[in-house]
Amino acid sequence: MNPFDYERAADAAGAVTTVTDRPDAVFLAGGTNLVDHLKLGVAEPDLVVDINRLELTEVEALDDGGLRIGAMVRNSDAAADPRIRRDYLMLSRALLSGASGQLRNAATMGGNLLQRTRCVYFQDTTTPCNKREPGSGCSAIGGYTRYHAILGASADCVATHPSDMAVALAALDATVVVLGATGERRTPVTELHRLPGDRPEQDTVLEHGELITALESLPRGPAPRRTGRSATAPPTPSLSSPSRPESTSTPQGERRSSVKPRSPSAESHTNPGVHAPPRRCCVARNRPPRRSWQQPTPSSRPPNPSRATASRSR
Amino acid sequence: MGHSLHLTVDGQEHTLVVDSRTTLLDALRDRLGVMSAKKGCDHGQCGACTVLVDGRRLNSCLALALTHDGAEVTTAGGLAPEGELSTLHRAFLAHDAFQCGYCTPGQVCSAAGMLAEAADNAPSVVTEDLEGPVELSEEEIRERMSGNLCRCGAYVNIVAAVGRAAEESR
Repeated sequence: MNPFDYERAADAAGAVTTVTDRPDAVFLAGGTNLVDHLKLGVAEPDLVVDINRLELTEVEALDDGGLRIGAMVRNSDAAADPRIRRDYLMLSRALLSGASGQLRNAATMGGNLLQRTRCVYFQDTTTPCNKREPGSGCSAIGGYTRYHAILGASADCVATHPSDMAVALAALDATVVVLGATGERRTPVTELHRLPGDRPEQDTVLEHGELITALESLPRGPAPRRTGRSATAPPTPSLSSPSRPESTSTPQGERRSSVKPRSPSAESHTNPGVHAPPRRCCVARNRPPRRSWQQPTPSSRPPNPSRATASRSR
Repeated sequence: MGHSLHLTVDGQEHTLVVDSRTTLLDALRDRLGVMSAKKGCDHGQCGACTVLVDGRRLNSCLALALTHDGAEVTTAGGLAPEGELSTLHRAFLAHDAFQCGYCTPGQVCSAAGMLAEAADNAPSVVTEDLEGPVELSEEEIRERMSGNLCRCGAYVNIVAAVGRAAEESR
């Protein structure tokens, strides 16, 4: 890890000014991605501005019935917030489907949007990567591309963004509140991330020194409130695969499939993995909860193939 | 460049000067000699370094120590003050929930944090009804403990131990 200066920000405006004035300064929020990149040599800032003490930790109702979520609200706290669980079910599910309990306790809402790709070449400083080192080339093209882009890629980069949460926020028409040296602005989540084009090093439309301070969501109607789940199984390090509608929760709490009934013939021509019931929920619904600690019989179940593999995305 | 850092670790207060690059894990082990938190992958993937920071489970390898200046840190050792084993420790022993034991302090801290989260009714991705009460089924425990790897593969017994501890602490 290269040496860097460290400053603890007292307020958001001060943090923005400090980072704006230093070309190689970065903000540090939960650190689950940045600290890893400091270790790997992927990020080499000369100043780290720690924003963990900023008062951006509130989830509050807006006058229009929407919700404002502070950028420093932890992913686990957002997923557990009663209003988000009730009115933005999809956001809660998306947050819970990423990373681990420990990581979600640290990771923030702003940081989740600004986490970087899990492309193995981006994270390996011994290989060329246009996103990490502009002009050095793309090792993924012609290389390992299991988690890479099908749509929106360019000749310079085929990396994807790893956030499940961003997908949910896009579907919810959420807005990102950004503070910069010249004041505050708002941008739809769908316009925050850039396609790689010929400048893959630039993940987002944010200028250097701009800070995400909050997310704002439009008011939600009573129904439908859709949840999404990655269509690929088993869970993989890169959870940026397309999500699909899973179920609709009615105001009365009943559940029904939001996928229209399909004829067997139509079903047989599609990928069963896409239309099958969600893997883990299916298992949970079809058998009584297992409690091995109550019946200490030898289990025939194989050890849990761990869901944690290289650099979990959120 | 040195920065002053104040930590309370397992009830004991410490003030030290650290380099800005020091992680919380390295501060615990290399500077304070607290060896309960283990270094496994050092990239937030294995959970061996899990400690409770102000009561919440975190990967101490991915936290800069300076971020947690003033925090109260509890390791698996701190959960057994003066050798008095907690419900969780006893459940791990009773269910033979480890082989080599290297991941165990992280497992114990993670389980302690997880039980507190469940008691607060925090959902997981396998929770059927996000608005209903959380019931710690085996499926739930597996999901909630998925941030802790055990290379000996003691998962079956770890789940049983955590389930027993959850019932006893209810």
